[in-house]
Amino acid sequence: MLRRLATGLVVLWAAATAAYLALLAAPGDTVDSIIGDGADTPLIRAQIVREWNLDRPAVIQYVDYLWRAAQGDLGRSYLLQRPVRDVIADQIGPTLTLAVTAAVLGILLALVLAVTTRRPWARRVSSTAELVLVSTPSFLIGIVLLSVFSFRLGWFPVSGDQGVAALVLPALTLALPVAGVLTQVLRDGIDRALDEPFVVTARARGLGERAVLVRHALRHALLPVITLIGWLFGILLGGAVIIETVFGRPGLGQVTLQAVTSEDLPVVLAVVVFSAFVYVVINTAADLAYLVIDPRLRRS
Amino acid sequence: MTIALERPLSVRLRRPSGGGVAAATGFLVLALVAAVTPSLFAGDPLAADPLHVLEAPSAAHWFGTDQLGRDVFGRVVHGARHSLLIGVVATAIAVGIGLLLGLLAGLAHKYADEALSRSFDALSAFPLLLLALLFVAVAGPGTVGLVIAIGLATMPNYARVVRTQTLVVRQAGYVTQAVAFGDSRLRLVLRHVLPNVLGPVPVLAIIGLGEAILAAAGLSFLGMGPQPPSPEWGAMLSEGRGYLNVAWWTTVLPGVVVTLTVISLTVVGRRLQRRFEGRSA
Repeated sequence: MLRRLATGLVVLWAAATAAYLALLAAPGDTVDSIIGDGADTPLIRAQIVREWNLDRPAVIQYVDYLWRAAQGDLGRSYLLQRPVRDVIADQIGPTLTLAVTAAVLGILLALVLAVTTRRPWARRVSSTAELVLVSTPSFLIGIVLLSVFSFRLGWFPVSGDQGVAALVLPALTLALPVAGVLTQVLRDGIDRALDEPFVVTARARGLGERAVLVRHALRHALLPVITLIGWLFGILLGGAVIIETVFGRPGLGQVTLQAVTSEDLPVVLAVVVFSAFVYVVINTAADLAYLVIDPRLRRS
Repeated sequence: MTIALERPLSVRLRRPSGGGVAAATGFLVLALVAAVTPSLFAGDPLAADPLHVLEAPSAAHWFGTDQLGRDVFGRVVHGARHSLLIGVVATAIAVGIGLLLGLLAGLAHKYADEALSRSFDALSAFPLLLLALLFVAVAGPGTVGLVIAIGLATMPNYARVVRTQTLVVRQAGYVTQAVAFGDSRLRLVLRHVLPNVLGPVPVLAIIGLGEAILAAAGLSFLGMGPQPPSPEWGAMLSEGRGYLNVAWWTTVLPGVVVTLTVISLTVVGRRLQRRFEGRSA
């Protein structure tokens, strides 16, 4: 556990360092790249030099950057003229709603599919569908859903984040590829678990096939899925950028995209450091979940 | 020996049917021919025709026409060159750097190995898309930035596999023997370690190529790649999006081609992987 935490800290430190190096590596003067397309006056320049300690040696700048990042101070967006922390705090809500809904939807879908498609033909159909979903760009899934359910049938709004109806298609778009991958992993795990001696024991005790599947095999199959949680987070956060664009939703993805196109580097770097932070938190949580699911790990 | 795959994309499926593999191979050959000689299949991808704007698919225009009256099928065919090239170069960068760093990590002393491995972990901790966006933010949008971004972001996949292979190979009898014969370090690595480490890399690269093409399409959909009127697949999808309610074909059909390409690469890659595993098991 301690080792895990140490690795987490290293990842965070690496992210902050990479972010800092990216700032230095950006072409042109650092002050210019922080300003980007923002207002450029001698006063603002002086303020940037002071705030980022650009008149101090590089080592001190770097340590200072790390120190401030550790306290949650990620600099100011020069495009929006406000602290990056506030920008992220403002926009995290819609993205979080989208990501959590999609994660729940994707996991449920995968569980149902993996358990119900045990017959050979159902398995074939489902496997093909999984391959297609995993290989399709997520924006295409979104576009197809949008043109069928919004433009043709008019069931859901075309864009925005007003109410539950506007959440359905984006969440589904994000959930489908997730479900595709998770179903494959779950099915693989169930197959392997069904070969284990404890399944024979369970059957010998007279347990029904469904109980064997759900209570014994599925529980085993869940372990590799938890390993994928870091990956899941990546898909959801990376996917959010694209999905929010397709469906015109506000959120962290839109902020990131806007920051990249307008070269608002402090915001981009803050998003990177922030996502590293979320990643570390989620992975630590996954390690704890292992202990809950697998009693064998608790003993050692 | 089994190859540990890092990406869940490579989770094993049922054995694909022979027909599926043949179809996938056929599609890839077509895509490759289209990329090399697009004029064989289609005319000028930039020729606008204001009299035939946003026409539905027909015998004359298989995929219909877009908002400027350009033939969508022709643009998709010509786009194959852009999209495949971006994917191939990005994957080549990833494989090249991954090979080098993986070898280094596998051969280095404990601390250097640990440092390199941790940095692979840290790099792959980030969503590919976010990492690529960071690179683009520093290097600016455009094809070159896009290619480098995807290459660097997918590099750890290869580096990890190469490192694991290197650790195995360096224990092998022929390496010990070469050391005993007093081979120079460079010769040792080039003659004995490298050739035996390479094994799983080509197959991984085929599957990884699909991933790179997907990522490139996603990034250029966001406007980070080749700029219009270049007929790159992701850019086409992005351009057609504004006409979705009147002309679905300008976005959906190019998208289907991207999907077919990635599926084909995955199917062929998995088949090769199974053969490879069967041989060395």
